[in-house]
Amino acid sequence: MHQISQHVMKKDHREKIDGTALYVGDFTQQGALCARLVRSPHAHARIEAIHYPRFPEGYYKVDAADVPGENIVHVVEDDSPVFEADEVMFIGDPVAMIIGPDPALVDQLVAATVIDYRELPAILDIHDSDKVFFDYHYHKGDIDAAFAVADKIYEEDFQTPYQEQAYLETQGVIACFQDGQLTVHGSLQCPYYVQAAVIKACGLSAAQVRIQQDYTGGGFGGKEAFPSFIAAQAAVAAMKMPGKSVRLVFDRREDMEFTSKRHPSCCHYKAAVKDGQVTALDIQVLFNSGAFTTLSPVVLQRGIIAAPGVYNVPNLRVNGQALRTHTVPTGAYRGFGAPQTFFAIERLLDHIAADLGQEPIDFKLAHLVKQGDATSTSGLYHFPVPLPQMVAKVMAASDFRSKRTAWAQPQSGRVRKGIGIALWFHGAGFTGAGERDHIKAVVRLRKLADGSVEVLGSNTDIGQGIKTTFAKIVANELDLPLELVNYHNPDTALVPDSGPTVASRSLMTVGELFRRAAVQLKEQWQDGVEQVVEEHYHEPDFMLPFDLPTFHGDSYPTFAWGVAAVELGFDSLTGQNDILGCWACFDVGTPIDEQIVIGQMEGGVLQGLGYSAMEQMAYDSTGRIRNHSYSDYIIPCAADVPKLDVQLHVEEFPFGPYGAKGAGELPLVGIAPAFIAAAEQALATRGLNHIPLTAEESLAYLSAGQKELAK
Amino acid sequence: MKTQLTLKLNGKTVNWEGDSSRKLLDVLRDDLGQVDVKCGCREGECGACSVLIDGLLVNSCMFAVGAVDGREVTTIEGYRDTDRFRALDKAFADVSAVQCGYCIPGMVLAAEALLAANPRPTDAEVRAAISGNLCRCTGYNAIVEAIVEASEEGEGLW
Ligand code: FES
Ligand code: FES
Repeated sequence: MHQISQHVMKKDHREKIDGTALYVGDFTQQGALCARLVRSPHAHARIEAIHYPRFPEGYYKVDAADVPGENIVHVVEDDSPVFEADEVMFIGDPVAMIIGPDPALVDQLVAATVIDYRELPAILDIHDSDKVFFDYHYHKGDIDAAFAVADKIYEEDFQTPYQEQAYLETQGVIACFQDGQLTVHGSLQCPYYVQAAVIKACGLSAAQVRIQQDYTGGGFGGKEAFPSFIAAQAAVAAMKMPGKSVRLVFDRREDMEFTSKRHPSCCHYKAAVKDGQVTALDIQVLFNSGAFTTLSPVVLQRGIIAAPGVYNVPNLRVNGQALRTHTVPTGAYRGFGAPQTFFAIERLLDHIAADLGQEPIDFKLAHLVKQGDATSTSGLYHFPVPLPQMVAKVMAASDFRSKRTAWAQPQSGRVRKGIGIALWFHGAGFTGAGERDHIKAVVRLRKLADGSVEVLGSNTDIGQGIKTTFAKIVANELDLPLELVNYHNPDTALVPDSGPTVASRSLMTVGELFRRAAVQLKEQWQDGVEQVVEEHYHEPDFMLPFDLPTFHGDSYPTFAWGVAAVELGFDSLTGQNDILGCWACFDVGTPIDEQIVIGQMEGGVLQGLGYSAMEQMAYDSTGRIRNHSYSDYIIPCAADVPKLDVQLHVEEFPFGPYGAKGAGELPLVGIAPAFIAAAEQALATRGLNHIPLTAEESLAYLSAGQKELAK
Repeated sequence: MKTQLTLKLNGKTVNWEGDSSRKLLDVLRDDLGQVDVKCGCREGECGACSVLIDGLLVNSCMFAVGAVDGREVTTIEGYRDTDRFRALDKAFADVSAVQCGYCIPGMVLAAEALLAANPRPTDAEVRAAISGNLCRCTGYNAIVEAIVEASEEGEGLW
């Protein structure tokens, strides 16, 4: 492995372990105004009147009438208001905010605020949706001809649920407007996204709005767009009360119930098989966007680009829709649309293989894409596809074949076992032309007279380690000791816009810009003086430009690859399952720090296991989310899993720093289909096309199997 | 009800007056500025607010402040100058067990409580001991490994 991969002590290790790192909630109430939102109790209703209680001195309301700029939170489109004025669109939709010094009194005032609503029909199910927010189509080859000559046609439906990011630190921001300057600091992934939203809502200029990231207790996508909403709300309140800090920090219930989560999906797949090969796929992907568009266009794009999985299927027709319902707006979560479609394609191929009497892994290996093949969007797999080697590693580590064969026999003991495997990719970096046309990243290095270097960009360390990896890259290029190179929590007043912390782009794309900046600095280096160098993003020449209307071209510069096997044991008396083992192999190119990458992979795998096995969130018949605490939205604890076995495979990406590719999202993406494949084997059933799998359901399959056996 | 109580917080005597039914977590963070104790849920589910009371691990959000009258409360601030902390700190750093960091002060105190009772735990014993401390970032491998490493390298400390 590259020498840079050798691990170092993380730059932010010290302050995080000794408790001195300050997260937004650690700036306590003292001296600040507590802000609480007044939320809609209806999924869809017209606001007829708002009756505020009498406010004691120092307590105020903030609502649409107080918004100094446009009543819009800018995300991709401009359809979400800062505060609703006429119509509420989901349970929890903010109508107003109450601010004041004493949180308990603010709570009372929120409770005493009466809003007259006229209820309107609420649409909760995507199949009833009357509004298609985004509708994308693409195709390749001649799908009708392929279906016309098929030997066999398969058709299946797949469902995936919400997944809540459940970062340990809830969302929060603190805003203050003083001397014409508005400052917002908080728990966030994308300072410049927040700045753009605040500028629009407050009618200020970029020079007047400063956004600072505090130490952030996890994000996983949940702090990509959502902080723009609360920052806009707190900023509007701060402008009403100049000189005061307005503190909007969510409690866990509010965070789970009303912040964005992974899009629930329904996918319909139809496959043509000819001579034992899948020749065509006709795919429909439906995502529940909730009440507003938020990040749905980009989530949907990533989801449908991944729809045929890692397989070379010459004929494709793909349609994706993001639909409106009167439910909480969904958004970014690690994997960003791809876990949904990878679940579908992996399950489908498992089923087709079984029907054809083949072992699924062999069937899949016979369909794999390879370097030089066309991607789903008629771009190219420009670089090697190491999946065969990675599958071999995972199969060896898990003793896959012998377990798979043994458990295919009828099982009768108390514990029924199964093992499954899945293969996937993650398109590394921004989808399509986003990086080139929208982000246009800029980075800077400032070398101080004392020879130390400040690494300046807007990407945030939310646990994934970029304070360390960015500094390692720059220190390595400049031959400096790591202590002399530092990356701080970004502040828009001090750092250029190197783009958002999303899409597994930070290290691969921004890290490469820092590396190039360091090369520049090295050439110009003069001792004893301050020097600044800057680098700008340019799309690599090898890329076939992506065209969004036709979904044609290179959707990503390269791909990171994943393989995982999951082994399960089901208790036939209770239906409970135990995760007996999970073996995975990932190719994220050169790890800039091996331990950081392994930690990312393990964390992502466990979120994938949670998604498959236990994380359940649903709304009731009124549209209210029922699971809003760690007691009813269960995420894995240390005792729920054995040691995860993660290996790395390195295919260097020549355009990433030292060969690095995007990493953060990859590990979660394909865990669910591997898990369900194991469950199908253990439960001796077929057609498990949804997650999570509950104990009740498993028990039903187990007792059905029992009856079969008795016959 | 307003009560006066005295506790030892990180080795210092603290007199506090107020409603004895308030959550220890709130008093620590909001009244005493002890923000090294993190708050992840405020309902006893995540362990981010872990502190030691007379050496025993508790979720401070589930503990009425009245119950600590006359007792000794240790947060990470009161622990970080000990050799035991240094052993855990080194082990956590060695395996890069700290990601976002939000669960970590609580995790370290959970590790201390475990090692004080069981200086050479197995992997499974570590997993059981920290099962009340949620971590969303790491997948737990590195944390478990760090605690096992500290128990081995910190020979004689526990
Ligand atoms: S904050 Fe106390 S257990 Fe979560
Ligand atoms: S390191 Fe983020 S929750 Fe544990």
